[in-house]
Amino acid sequence: MSAVMITRKVRKWEKLPGKNTFCCDGRVMMARQKGVFYLTLFLIIGTCSLFFAFECPYLAVNLSPAIPVFAALLFLFVMAMLLRTSFSDPGVLPRALPEEATFIEMEIEAANGNVPAGQRPPPRIRNVQINNQIVKLKYCYTCKIFRPPRASHCSICDNCVDRFDHHCPWVGNCVGKRNYRYFYLFTLSLSLLTIYIFTFDIVHVVMRSVDSGFLNTLKETPGTVLEVLVCFFTLWSVVGLTGFHTYLISLNQTTNEDIKGSWSGKNRVQNPYSHKNIIKNCCEVLCGPAYPSVLDRRGLMQEDSPASETSPPSSSSMNSVPQTTKTTAPLIPNEHTPDDVKPSIADSAEKTPSPKEEESPAPKLPPLASPETDAETSIIKDKAH
Amino acid sequence: MAETHSLQDLQQPAVSSKVFIQRDYSSGTICRFQTKFPSELESRIDKQQFEETIQTLNNLYAEAEKLGGKSYLEGCLACLTAYTIFLCMETHYEKVLKKIARYIKDQNEKTYAPRGLLLTDPIERGLRVVEITIFEDRSIGSGR
Repeated sequence: MSAVMITRKVRKWEKLPGKNTFCCDGRVMMARQKGVFYLTLFLIIGTCSLFFAFECPYLAVNLSPAIPVFAALLFLFVMAMLLRTSFSDPGVLPRALPEEATFIEMEIEAANGNVPAGQRPPPRIRNVQINNQIVKLKYCYTCKIFRPPRASHCSICDNCVDRFDHHCPWVGNCVGKRNYRYFYLFTLSLSLLTIYIFTFDIVHVVMRSVDSGFLNTLKETPGTVLEVLVCFFTLWSVVGLTGFHTYLISLNQTTNEDIKGSWSGKNRVQNPYSHKNIIKNCCEVLCGPAYPSVLDRRGLMQEDSPASETSPPSSSSMNSVPQTTKTTAPLIPNEHTPDDVKPSIADSAEKTPSPKEEESPAPKLPPLASPETDAETSIIKDKAH
Repeated sequence: MAETHSLQDLQQPAVSSKVFIQRDYSSGTICRFQTKFPSELESRIDKQQFEETIQTLNNLYAEAEKLGGKSYLEGCLACLTAYTIFLCMETHYEKVLKKIARYIKDQNEKTYAPRGLLLTDPIERGLRVVEITIFEDRSIGSGR
């Protein structure tokens, strides 16, 4: 044991519980499934290499040397944004430490009162008022926290992500508070790059066809045909996606909220985060402050952590103990197990019936502004693409 | 809490309990903490002092997340360099976080540690809570 401590210092990323992969000693953070990300890289780099190899020499000589230069700049920007989106922390919320979890557990019990045996306890929801709208905060059984507004649990990465947008397999990462702007700039610059390459492919073919005929041109530059095909098919989806995200940004919405229809206007529910001003929403999302990662992935683990972990401050009450053990059980997709699972656990509670209302029901306030249509996040994330 | 302390008395750093100050979302998702005074601290520190600490923290976070010309300028400049500038430059937010860390250290030394309390920097708890550890040694308010 002591030998291990001497030889190797443990950094915090090694102990993070989510399903992520890390590279470069914790500097790079991605989801575990990266197949589609490699496909994205292959398509972008492949198409651009063909463009630089086949068209650029001809266009630089016959049209303008600025064409390859601008293409190179755009390509570098696209790659920078792609890697930035993929490799950064999307805004993962760390799970509660045992003490904090117990504290929240106790607060929930205090708010619910004692649930009679066999009866299901009320769902773990906390209502908060945001800009005169009531928003429901749901309890996350995996992370043992009340998820902050706009956060959601990504079932692929098994993390709660702040301002969760969607899990994007193409970039191999969640898109959330910290990398949304990179993601948007990636889609925007990729649309421009695709249009650019597509246009100059056509120009190239036309110019050569004038010289030596259409069929000869195709034979001379087989790469062009491939590029045109790739560009043509990616163009629609990427431009469409950029348009969709531009629309979302102007309303200060996330894909997640859009798909759930959280602010769709029924029940007079409106987006409480929007500034009601398109310019200001765009500025906030694209140029607002750059949020720091709260994971401290490169920090060193403290030596005393096992001691504090084994001392359970969980003497709080009898039914919190099985709860915590249940939620730490690994393979259960516990995030999505609805509250129905709980009665079996909470049966040890006392029989005394008592008030089981939320701490602040605030009945006279406007209707609940939270995604009630609980088609949970797992269904959503891939559809964004 | 009463049962908790009998269990934990056996361990060397006599932590009697911890109090968690939760986030206040009333003005949106910006980082703010509730200034409600927790009853566990009543015997240790007076209300004003506690509220002042939290209020100062809130003001500092508000400064970090402030939208305005300065943050837009930073965002746009960074964008022009494809965000590579952040490899060699600290963001405004990071500067304020350092200020917050210094403030918390200072508060701990001046007011909290002498009263058997310890503030934890919220960044270490994912900006979700301000954790206040109550130590046993003074044994006045332990039974509450």
